Amino acid sequence: MTAKHDIAPPGAPPGAPPGAPAGPSTGRPSRRSRGLGTAAARLAFLGPGLGYLIVLLLVPLALVLSYTVFRRGRFGGVVYEWTLENFTRLFDPLYFDVVLSSVKTATLTTLAALLIGYPTAYVIAGLPRKWKTIALIAVVMPFWTNFLIRVYAWIILLSGPGLVNEALTGIGLIDKPLQLLYNQGTIVTGLLYSYLPLMILPLYAAIERLDPQLREASANLGARPARTFWSVTFPLTVPGVLTGCVFVFVPCLGNFVIPEILGGGRSIMVGNLIRDQFLKARDWPFGSTLALAVIAVLVVLLFLQAWASRVYGGTEGRRA
Amino acid sequence: MPRRRLIYVPFWATYVFLYTPIIVLVVMSFNAGKSPYVFEGLSLKWYGELAGNDTIRQGLVNTLIVAVGTTVLSTVLGTLLAVGMARHTRSRLLDALGLLPAVLPDLVLAIGLLVFYATIKMTLGLHSVILAHTVFGMAFVAAVVRTRLTHADTSLEEASRDLGASPLATFTRITLPTLAPGIAAGALLAFTLSIDEFVIAFFTAAPTEPTLPIVIYSMVRFGVTPEINALATILLAVSFTVIIVAQRMTRLTESLS
Amino acid sequence: MSRIRYTRHLPAATVAAGLVLALAACGGSSSTSADGAAPSAAAEQLNPNADLSKQSLTITIWDGYSPKDLADQVKKKLGFELKTAIHDTNETAMAKLTANADSGIDVAFVSGQYAQALNEQGLLEPLHSELIPNLANLYPEAAQLSFDKGNKFSVPYTWGTTGICYRTDLVKTPPTSWNDLLNPSADLKGKVTMMTTERWLALPALKQLGLSINTTDDKQLAQAKDLLLKAKQGGMLYDDTTFGAKLEKGEAALVEAWDGWCPTTNPKIKFVVPKEGSDLWSDTMVIMKTSKNKEAAHAFINYILDPAVHSWVGENILYKVPNKAAMDLLIKNNQDLLAKNTPLQMTPAELLKGESIVDLGEASTKYTRLATEISANQ
Repeated sequence: MTAKHDIAPPGAPPGAPPGAPAGPSTGRPSRRSRGLGTAAARLAFLGPGLGYLIVLLLVPLALVLSYTVFRRGRFGGVVYEWTLENFTRLFDPLYFDVVLSSVKTATLTTLAALLIGYPTAYVIAGLPRKWKTIALIAVVMPFWTNFLIRVYAWIILLSGPGLVNEALTGIGLIDKPLQLLYNQGTIVTGLLYSYLPLMILPLYAAIERLDPQLREASANLGARPARTFWSVTFPLTVPGVLTGCVFVFVPCLGNFVIPEILGGGRSIMVGNLIRDQFLKARDWPFGSTLALAVIAVLVVLLFLQAWASRVYGGTEGRRA
Repeated sequence: MPRRRLIYVPFWATYVFLYTPIIVLVVMSFNAGKSPYVFEGLSLKWYGELAGNDTIRQGLVNTLIVAVGTTVLSTVLGTLLAVGMARHTRSRLLDALGLLPAVLPDLVLAIGLLVFYATIKMTLGLHSVILAHTVFGMAFVAAVVRTRLTHADTSLEEASRDLGASPLATFTRITLPTLAPGIAAGALLAFTLSIDEFVIAFFTAAPTEPTLPIVIYSMVRFGVTPEINALATILLAVSFTVIIVAQRMTRLTESLS
Repeated sequence: MSRIRYTRHLPAATVAAGLVLALAACGGSSSTSADGAAPSAAAEQLNPNADLSKQSLTITIWDGYSPKDLADQVKKKLGFELKTAIHDTNETAMAKLTANADSGIDVAFVSGQYAQALNEQGLLEPLHSELIPNLANLYPEAAQLSFDKGNKFSVPYTWGTTGICYRTDLVKTPPTSWNDLLNPSADLKGKVTMMTTERWLALPALKQLGLSINTTDDKQLAQAKDLLLKAKQGGMLYDDTTFGAKLEKGEAALVEAWDGWCPTTNPKIKFVVPKEGSDLWSDTMVIMKTSKNKEAAHAFINYILDPAVHSWVGENILYKVPNKAAMDLLIKNNQDLLAKNTPLQMTPAELLKGESIVDLGEASTKYTRLATEISANQ
């Protein structure tokens, strides 16, 4: 779904995953001794892009923000009467629990992605150059076919007569097809499937940058491989881990398609609530308030990320 | 050493996980029968059906128009922005603004634009999707180009300026050619992001002009015919070709520069 | 373009009409008159002899709900271009029709209560019945639908009811009551589905309790909620669009379904209206006020009501049409189909026993909340 998070720049060199500059690992250009140019040049370069972002990004976000304190119009839109009702409603257990459980689902997916993504990235980073490229492209490849079609494929795989049940019955693990579709696990599977590469790419970038001599030094000093990993390798890759976690967590939290297609209407996430406020209930102010809650969660997350990368930052092995 | 091999388990699991659904899709697109579960023999009939499906064709045309429009707009604005941010300002705030579209959940951007278009009473159409896609397209182009700028050697630009060239001349003669591979990569990125983008298009497209992902979404909701599998297979094949070509091109441009 | 922006350039009378309209739109809760007559003050003068070939028409409709070659037919018979947009649910259509000043849609196909809501918002053009002579083909009952008595702003395209659709080979005792859906026998677990569209989600529970499907009473809705939550805990699945296909594949055994979506041409599948009663729904055609092709829009609706055209619906998608001439034609030409398809045999009198779903104004948020409570429950 979040196509914009989906794909690595095809021409970008390995080590520069999509949006990598968003991560903590890319600092400001270090060598910058020249002046900043004339005011006219500054305006010519920065003006169009910033103007565009102000009109089509900041103004819309400000509108959403301002809607949170108004009443809904009966048929969508907004009535300009002040109210704090939307915020009271946000803390209504009905909606707040959905927000909480969405955070839980997104966290679960992120952890699963980290667990499977870290070793994968680790192996890829150690491959010979040619295989490295192939392995990386293979991680990105699935993104090149439509997101919705890929999600749909999971219905075929997991349904009663589907491949997974066939396989499980075939090897004798079960004797009767399991109900694999339409539950929380299915949603996590779908989310994991959709965003796993967003975890692998920044992890790969972080691991690849490590100086192998560090590990050798640690081993030479008598550390066991496990100890080397936990006390040397892992801390150095924490910034990459954090970037990957943000990349996975963010699109998971706002998702509404996967719960809808793979959840069988039995569970919803905050994305569904927001979508429904705009497209079904036509309650734009409350939809905006829910969106604000999502933004709030993300701001907390980004602060955590900044804090953690500062704690682990400053160590060698990262590009300054 | 067993410990060493253990790490290969998640590695291979990742690829099995990523590719099983895709293999199923591709195989089933050649299925003679209608059932998504039982393979009843080889046939190209779903590709034929697909070719005759006007809704999908129209969606594809709309998607291509949007993607091309987005690419052009994003590339121009994104490149200028990247150069501007790297060479003409040191504002951290601007940095953050430039990256905001990349970290903002697409749903939030989508409803923001929906509200905005409704407020200014803009009639929706392909143009409204292009404007929306450019918001994130530009951010990604800027990000890719900046990566290149940061690594680029600035001495040529400085020399050009010291020799009295105008900022414009410096930009067109020196900066742009240096950045060309980055710009090309950014453009390709904007194009592919736009082609597969669903959520923002879903909120900002006119009902009369759905893009391909919107068409697919409504088809999936009504239960899928193997036509969808055929479509997926074709998209996959096209993407594969594009990747190969892109790889070749970057290698070519890199060896030239 | 917004009607209100127009008014600057129009004579005083129209300005006044426009103001009434604007007030009606902004007033919100102030009035929800049942006959919906208020906004029709702003009726426009239409030219019955307009050159249709200079117009073009955009409609929005459910996928597969009209003949594939409809555009060609219209071009040939009426002389203008027809463009078709697809919506998957009423809500999607409503979102598009209400979000912006001009959606680009001339004629929309939406269910009755949604037509009513659009009209209350002042978004619909009152029908000029003199431009739709084929209205005479409709059953007299078709003008009695409570969301729009007298067809002032909507023309029913199809009508029917909601019931239980089931596989005779997978369900041991044929269902007769909504309780058989809400509380199915243990062997059907994971094979029963309900619809999630708010009003149809509440319908089985409300009818089971002997209540009105238009109730706004909090206590009654709370009772319905309990029943629906129990059903969910019993393993209920939710499906608005693919339940027919699931029944045919055997992935589902018993589902809540609109009559026309129950694939009764399959000998193993049957449709029943539970004994507690059900609804009378109608999908209607409405003309948007923003349309710049209103003559073409009327001509289009008139064309649809032609018996030969309208009977396509019954023949191909097995929905009943409220068009007597078309149904007579259908019955004459399709004896086999009719014999196999019990829902198609229902008469207007039988249909009118069902309760019409009407728009509930502000109170409709109660149903939205109910639906959220059901889907958010784990």
